[in-house]
Amino acid sequence: MALKIVKGSIDRMFDKNLQDLVRGIRNHKEDEAKYISTCIDEIKQELKQDNIAVKANAVCKLTYLQMLGYDVSWAAFNIVEVMSSSKFTYKRIGYLAASQCFHESTDVIMLTTNQIRKDLSSPNQYDTGVALTGLSCFVTPDLARDLANDIMTLMSHTKPYIRKKAVLIMYKVFLKYPESLRPAFPRLKEKLEDPDPGVQSAAVNVICELARRNPKNYLSLAPLFFKLMTSSTNNWVLIKIIKLFGALTPLEPRLGKKLIEPLTNLIHSTSAMSLLYECVNTVIAVLISLSSGMPNHSASIQLCVQKLRILIEDSDQNLKYLGLLAMSKILKTHPKSVQSHKDLILQCLDDKDESIRLRALDLLYGMVSKKNLMEIVKKLMLHVDKAEGTTYRDELLTKIIDICSQSNYQYITNFEWYISILVELTRLEGTRHGHLIASQMLDVAIRVKAIRAFAVAQMATLLDNAHLLTGNTQRNGICEVLYAAAWICGEFSEHLEEPMATLEAMLRPKVATLPGHIQAVYVQNAAKLFATVLRGQEGVPADSTVAQETSQLLIDRLPLFVQSSNLEVQERASCILQLVKYIQKLQQKDVEVAEEVTALFAGELNPVAPKAQKKVPVPEGLDLDVWINEPPSGSESEDEGRKSKGKAVFAKEESRHTKPRYTEVDEKELAKRREVRKAEQANNPFYIKASPSSQKVYQDGVGVEHIPVVQIDLSVPLKVPGMPMSDQYVKLEEERRERNKADKKKKKDKKKREKGEKGRRRRGDSGPESEEDITPAHMVDIVTEEMPENALPSDDDDKDPNDPHKALNIDLDNLLAASRRPLADSEKKLPVRSHRPDEVLKSPMEDRQVVEVVPEPKKKTGKEKKDRKKSKEKKKKHKQEEEGDLMGAGSEEPVQPEETKEVAAPPPASTPEASDLDFWLSNAPVPSNPQAAAAPASTPRTASGMAAVAPDSEPEEAKDTEPEETKSSTHKKKKQKKEKEKKKKKHHHNHSDGAGDESVQNGTVEEEEPLPPMSNYALLAENSYIKMMKQDADKVCDIQGNLQDGSQVVVSVIFENKCDSFIKSMEFNVLDSLNSKLQRPDGAGPHDGLIVPFQLPPGISNEARFIFSVQNIVMPQKLKGTLTFIVKTDDSSTHEKLDFKLHFTCTSYLITTPCYSDAYSKLLESGDLKGCSLKLEGVNQPFHHLLARICFHHHFSVVERIDSCASMYSRSIQGHHMCLLVKTADQTVSIDAKCDEPGLLGNVLDEIKLTFSQC
Amino acid sequence: MIKAILIFNNHGKPRLSKFYEHYSEDTEQQIIRETFHLVSKRDENVCNFLEGGMLIGGSENKLIYRHYATLYFVFCVDSSESELGILDLIQVFVETLDKCFENVCELDLIFHVDKVHNILAEMVMGGMVLETNMNEIITQVDAQNKMEKSEFFPFFSLYRHLSFSLPGRTGRHSPQEFGWYCRCTCSCCICRKEHEPSRNAQKHQHRRHQHKSAKLTLLQIAA
Repeated sequence: MALKIVKGSIDRMFDKNLQDLVRGIRNHKEDEAKYISTCIDEIKQELKQDNIAVKANAVCKLTYLQMLGYDVSWAAFNIVEVMSSSKFTYKRIGYLAASQCFHESTDVIMLTTNQIRKDLSSPNQYDTGVALTGLSCFVTPDLARDLANDIMTLMSHTKPYIRKKAVLIMYKVFLKYPESLRPAFPRLKEKLEDPDPGVQSAAVNVICELARRNPKNYLSLAPLFFKLMTSSTNNWVLIKIIKLFGALTPLEPRLGKKLIEPLTNLIHSTSAMSLLYECVNTVIAVLISLSSGMPNHSASIQLCVQKLRILIEDSDQNLKYLGLLAMSKILKTHPKSVQSHKDLILQCLDDKDESIRLRALDLLYGMVSKKNLMEIVKKLMLHVDKAEGTTYRDELLTKIIDICSQSNYQYITNFEWYISILVELTRLEGTRHGHLIASQMLDVAIRVKAIRAFAVAQMATLLDNAHLLTGNTQRNGICEVLYAAAWICGEFSEHLEEPMATLEAMLRPKVATLPGHIQAVYVQNAAKLFATVLRGQEGVPADSTVAQETSQLLIDRLPLFVQSSNLEVQERASCILQLVKYIQKLQQKDVEVAEEVTALFAGELNPVAPKAQKKVPVPEGLDLDVWINEPPSGSESEDEGRKSKGKAVFAKEESRHTKPRYTEVDEKELAKRREVRKAEQANNPFYIKASPSSQKVYQDGVGVEHIPVVQIDLSVPLKVPGMPMSDQYVKLEEERRERNKADKKKKKDKKKREKGEKGRRRRGDSGPESEEDITPAHMVDIVTEEMPENALPSDDDDKDPNDPHKALNIDLDNLLAASRRPLADSEKKLPVRSHRPDEVLKSPMEDRQVVEVVPEPKKKTGKEKKDRKKSKEKKKKHKQEEEGDLMGAGSEEPVQPEETKEVAAPPPASTPEASDLDFWLSNAPVPSNPQAAAAPASTPRTASGMAAVAPDSEPEEAKDTEPEETKSSTHKKKKQKKEKEKKKKKHHHNHSDGAGDESVQNGTVEEEEPLPPMSNYALLAENSYIKMMKQDADKVCDIQGNLQDGSQVVVSVIFENKCDSFIKSMEFNVLDSLNSKLQRPDGAGPHDGLIVPFQLPPGISNEARFIFSVQNIVMPQKLKGTLTFIVKTDDSSTHEKLDFKLHFTCTSYLITTPCYSDAYSKLLESGDLKGCSLKLEGVNQPFHHLLARICFHHHFSVVERIDSCASMYSRSIQGHHMCLLVKTADQTVSIDAKCDEPGLLGNVLDEIKLTFSQC
Repeated sequence: MIKAILIFNNHGKPRLSKFYEHYSEDTEQQIIRETFHLVSKRDENVCNFLEGGMLIGGSENKLIYRHYATLYFVFCVDSSESELGILDLIQVFVETLDKCFENVCELDLIFHVDKVHNILAEMVMGGMVLETNMNEIITQVDAQNKMEKSEFFPFFSLYRHLSFSLPGRTGRHSPQEFGWYCRCTCSCCICRKEHEPSRNAQKHQHRRHQHKSAKLTLLQIAA
């Protein structure tokens, strides 16, 4: 009873619950929007009430409305309120709503941090679970940073339900906060062996996601995964692991070899199709990575292909699709094994399922040979006619062109046939690939000289029938082919039979409706044709009327183009018009002009390879980054703009070559567009209406596809006598082949065969043997595209710089250090955000500094710096390759016993982790527990390594005391080494000579201390290297920091590993002064060091940034600090320490801030500033150099410059204004300075003085 | 990674949308429309994979869908997911719904989209597959619902048609083990609900003024 009463009151209280809302919406189908808006008003009322139950109900309804597309972000705060309810029911509603509508820019999200933390540590596992689920959807970088530790703790929760959720969410945390990856990784790795299968699966899931993006960092986990693979029975986990191996094998061929057997077993044994498919996929990946050599793997290929055939033959379309998909992967490396299944694939082309047809099309690419190309293309052309959707038809079109043009037209035996195929393709109505066809036409006509006559004839017909192509609309992509047609006719006009007729066709008034760039080509090529006509007529002296008629024709028709709204057309037309008028005058005087006119267009145009420009090698001694002139101050933005523009040009260029896929237009939209177009055309006075006949077609057509264009079009006009269509070519070709065969039988041992061989201008002939006896119809000489001499054979595709996974590319091998060394709190301590190893956001300021390095007086240093940077970059680039090579080299060697390997091993930098992997990989029989096997193997090595250290340690210290000498001696030793490296060392030498000076000069602190040598390794390799560690502190004021709290200075430190060993676990620590403090993460003590978020393989440098908070910026500061690190050689590790001093000059607190002259004068007039002045004698350098120096070293910007007088401005991070008036006369520079902080001003002036006293 | 999970009916009405990347509401609707357009024009007996979910993420992504009676279940995934695995996952999802709602049909999803979200949250978290074992999923969902009930006994009536108790779970379905892809994984039959328990009466009521197809349970697959 009592229950009923309560229930009643609640029902009354809730006006509407979710179900009522849904019902209401369904009952108001006709005025849904109105009904919902009243509902939203009700919800707003409900949200104003204090009762949390009412609020939760309202939020629940909002979640539903959000799904319907209503913006509910206005209720974000109420959602947070509901989330923080103590009742699970409401909490869940709140978190659901949050997960549906919160995102990174939701501002209330920062209010949730503590609530989420509380929920995460709730004793109720479902509270925690709900919080984790919600967080996984809306985690932001801030939340990730603040909660990373809490979630990491949850990874070891007692309940597997929480553990698995915590493990999964870590992936999201890593994405948002990459610094957490390193400390969390050991624990994540532990979870791979969690007793609960769900947790294990989650960990596999996360690592697979991570490894997919940066596989090489996870190679060392291969043994562990291998173990899992052979032991796990969970198909989901198996699929994930096998997929992961698929990503790892390309990096390590030996891994592939190891995998083949177990995978083959799985393929044979499993009954789960999904698993079977993934196994086949990974085996394919392995085979690809092993593609060179390895004949004994043909069995595996056969197995794969055979299994895939079973899939493709299956009645289940899904399996068919996947089978084809996997087949296309094999195709790349083992085309022959796929070719034997041609029948099956051709069969799939007729499948009713578009996805399957598309996949089969992909495969066709590898199916073609000289023999069957025509046949296959014929089949595709039939499909083109049948295809109803434009998307599929366009796909067919690109595929036809791809197939025909692949590897330099390898399979085309008859180019006349290809040209007619291209011409036939122009019949396609509404295709977007007009320019693709056009570029093919151009390409063939230019590069296949023998075909030009034919091509020109075809193009002339095309031009003559241009109205059929352009009939409907300007937006029609197909009219692009007219561009090609006009150009070909013009350029190769000597092959034209009736140049006059073509000229007339090109100057028809209708041409004016074409897009501008096509008109421009028309006009230009009309001039070329004109020249041809003139030359043709000149030979016949009796009849000069034709030539004059031609001139008259041009003079009559060109004015139409002169009026064009397109500038290009207008300019060309008026130019040519005047030219023709002049020629006409000459003609009337009977002067021979043909020679001169032809000379206008003399010379052959050569095709240039698309990447040729990019590949021109930079000549020796040319540094493209050097300023030719003095850099104009304050021009960064412009410069950037130029840069990005340049990029855009390239990108555009490239996108022209790649086919723009996936722009699909549905019928509705097409209809809409057509409407719009019609309306536009009707209103456009310049638009020449289509001929009545074609209009008729329009009227009853429903969609563009339904217009029976195919029937009415080119087939009639193109059937010029003696011009066979492509189908006829097929027949002709067959006949020809028959004939050839007969011929060959006759004179089998004669030269004919040889000739045929020669004609096959192929580089590598991978076609089947039987093709040998197909002779191309034309002896075609394909002109190859021109490439610059000594072009660099690089194919570097730039990665997307915005990829969030880039930041996760962290070498995780130092987690080894975490497990061996009792590495204190590395798990708890997370470095502050700004310490990202990869610079994601560079402030414009830094960019500028990099650019401005050059105008330094010591040009050498600048240049060398550049060199160094370059070489560094190169090294980084090649690093991976090298590693690969090393591994590869190892794999070719026969398996050695461990001891000999140790001795004989070259001195590469391989981490112990990597050598474990090596061991695992080189171990032929699969150990049941590979890790256990690896561990003892590494111990003796360590021991011997330790023994080797002892005698070496004394000279180390000796060297340490005389760093300079040691170094120079090093240089001598190293002189035998490569040129590049020599340069680099020398540079360091220079640097250390002037280290003290430069620290002031550059406005940066530069320290360079040689590290004591720690070469235990040298003994093994019989090479005593000295390790140096260069520390180059470069101070940059962070503008952002300044804007927020005005007291932050960011110091960037470049760490360069100069020894041959790994340096890892670097910890950076500074003794804080009262004034300046190193910013440490929350919870770290004031004396704790910061972990440098990377480790250094030999010869590699990387940059870390540290934030210091500074209270008083008036005085320069010096901070003492130490860097501790572990030097890790193959078999031992030593802790090392390096002391340094950080020098914060006053100028480093200044920020280059642009200032307008009016603001500047106002500032000076305000009178708040106190003055000070400085005179510098004997400065003999140009004034602009002087200004550039002040700008660069002291972070000023020029406000105004008049002759030898300039005003400059800068601002400190705490907002002090600083104004300089710099004058120069007779080697004397006087600087009048004003600033609202006299102390700071004085120090800055001192520093300026110092700068100039050193030059 | 799973980028999005969409459920809509044969007319393109969204029944559940879960995006694991943020999009504005308008974009979300557009994606749903577009996906519906792509999926709905496909025949019944073509493959369940579709390329060209251009709105979500680009060419790397695939749409993997299944069509049950009146509803389309569409997962948009990237290349790290196994295609057949996801098809199995959809099957597990639908079977789980079937158990939790007792012969699930479109109406259950219409009126209890929050429950569907809760079930989904036990399977997929932040775009990654959390659990594929149906029994485990159901256990967790049950436990949470029980907790909800115990918290709000007085309000129980609000959730009267949401009983998740599962009598006879071992009945028709043999528990599906994950990753054993085959096309006809379920032996479900058409359930006409003539012998329906009284607490499902309301559901039945909805059904009566619904389109006819609502009578079919989702798990009905042409055998």
